[in-house]
Amino acid sequence: MTDSRFSPSRASRAGALWLLLLLALVLVLAVCSLNVGASRLNLLNVLTADPDDRVSKILFASRLPRTLALILAGAALAVAGAILQMMARNRLVDTSTTGPMAAAALGMLVLAIALPDGLPLWARFLLVSGFAAGGILLFLGVLQRIPLRSALIVPLVGLIIAGVVHAGSGLIAHHFDLSQSLRAWNSGDFSAVLRGRYELLWVAAGLTLAAMLLADRFTVIGMGRDFAVNIGVNYGLLMAIGVALVAMIVGSVVVTAGVIPFIGLVAPNVVRVLTGDNLRRAVPMIALLGAAILLAADLLGRLLIHPYEVPSSNLLSIAGCVVFLAVLLHGRKQWS
Amino acid sequence: MVLTLWRQPAVRVLLLAIAAVLCLLGFMTINVQTDWAFILQHRGSRLLALLLAASAIGLSTVLFQTITHSRLLTPALMGFDVLFVLVNTLVLLIFGGAELAGWPNSLRVGLQMLLMVGLALLLFRLLFSGSVRSLHLMILLGMLAGMLFRELSELGARVLDPSEFGISSGVRQASFSRVNTELLAVSAVALTLGGLLLLRWRRYLDVLSLGRDIAVNLGVAHGRVVLGIMAVVAIMVSVATVLVGPTLFFGLLIANLAYWITGTQRHRWTLPASVLAGIICLVGGQVLLEQLLASTLPLALVIELAGGLLFIALLLRGVRQ
Repeated sequence: MTDSRFSPSRASRAGALWLLLLLALVLVLAVCSLNVGASRLNLLNVLTADPDDRVSKILFASRLPRTLALILAGAALAVAGAILQMMARNRLVDTSTTGPMAAAALGMLVLAIALPDGLPLWARFLLVSGFAAGGILLFLGVLQRIPLRSALIVPLVGLIIAGVVHAGSGLIAHHFDLSQSLRAWNSGDFSAVLRGRYELLWVAAGLTLAAMLLADRFTVIGMGRDFAVNIGVNYGLLMAIGVALVAMIVGSVVVTAGVIPFIGLVAPNVVRVLTGDNLRRAVPMIALLGAAILLAADLLGRLLIHPYEVPSSNLLSIAGCVVFLAVLLHGRKQWS
Repeated sequence: MVLTLWRQPAVRVLLLAIAAVLCLLGFMTINVQTDWAFILQHRGSRLLALLLAASAIGLSTVLFQTITHSRLLTPALMGFDVLFVLVNTLVLLIFGGAELAGWPNSLRVGLQMLLMVGLALLLFRLLFSGSVRSLHLMILLGMLAGMLFRELSELGARVLDPSEFGISSGVRQASFSRVNTELLAVSAVALTLGGLLLLRWRRYLDVLSLGRDIAVNLGVAHGRVVLGIMAVVAIMVSVATVLVGPTLFFGLLIANLAYWITGTQRHRWTLPASVLAGIICLVGGQVLLEQLLASTLPLALVIELAGGLLFIALLLRGVRQ
């Protein structure tokens, strides 16, 4: 059987092509993102103007940080989604549909109640990440305790856990008169990102890189505990690393921008359709596609009711629901 | 003797009715400090709205569960409540807020309900035409459809009015204490209309719950009757959403209470029992929270929490079996 369609070299060539296309897409969207905003800019002026000029001020204080934040957060969330899918051994889950994001929003709420004076950024980040880790462990723990006879039970359980955490936060927020703030955290957007308010996302970038390096180990995790232990992988340690990576990515994004849904579901599934299941080869593409999706959503949100903005989470939810519904309906025979 | 009496569904429904009447009396009389004319008007209109909402949600849920043969699926869970909110936003988007302000309420709500019935029938045909067989897939599809409708109507609201979005966003959460009493008359008429339509098909309901094949065998025009009942469900969901906003688990709670209390499948008992259970939960719950406990906790949150727990319990029981 020497079918050339499945030869490794051909697959890697196709992968390289997709990688280049996605990179180009991210670059184009990033340039658009630098150009769109309440005030008009001509990017070429930056090259000639002096650094104190209005143009370069807007660019370096607002547009560039925002664009960078979008790229970093989108890539990180997409990779976090892919890792969570390996840990849960199910493709239909994301950090926003299983508990971690909702738990991180609960963490923001608890912080606002317990320490209204505020904490240094790193402390907030660590505490919110802790809540996110709790959300992941809750989800994985519940999965271990119920019989998983259908692939659909996993996303269903995830949605219910997220719903319960969400409802609980709503109850607490109502009691402390913080419903408005909770709603703001739950509908994440990048309109408040300025220089000095997004740098936490460089941590997420580091975590994304770490996740990329460990990608093939997580592929092994995705094949189940017995298989992983059998071929000599330290299953417990890797699961702990996975939980920590995903939790800190979620924590950094929620602290910076709020809940950003569905990227971790859409990006890995689209890349899987394009190039198949090899996570080591797919993970750079997943990251790029995640960045492209978030850039596009934010851009559309800025253009739709210009000069007002629609939060990117709103648009991402719509797109994510449509993709999720399409995936479910497409595969409905295999799940019945 | 007492035991056999207790087994009769009629007796159980009667007891439920007595409890409901006690709740109504409590709602109207506890902590009255000003003159009765004011109380009658103020609490009376709220009470009427709660009664209409309980009837609409109870009836629509039991009917929906009959035509879908499931005790887990409800109109709210499949996203129909939020669909009405989306229709509301769509009508505003198409006709414009200023234009609509000149219309009488009855015309506006009537138009929305017509649109709602059309869209609900479409969605129902799409989901329940037999291509989706797994219950879990159905619940997932319903939850996602609900999420999609909610986000779409939020987007619509932002496009309509970017600056005042914050003010209008509060309207789209269920509330049993701030009910919409302006639309009482329209709602009552629509609910009566739905009830009259239902009377036409009342003899088929018990047959329908036996399943499609048996129903067809017994001479029921299954497809037509099911779509007709779904239209009634859509009207009632609209009424409930107009009055108290979209709920998620309230219908599930009262329908399953009704099955449990009556211990029968006969619709002549389960339908009134679900309405009575709804009245007890809404009115009795309101009395308990507002007057007796003096709590500021919204009843909607408490009821949705209880209904949500019931949903998880029912789902887990299904998974383990």
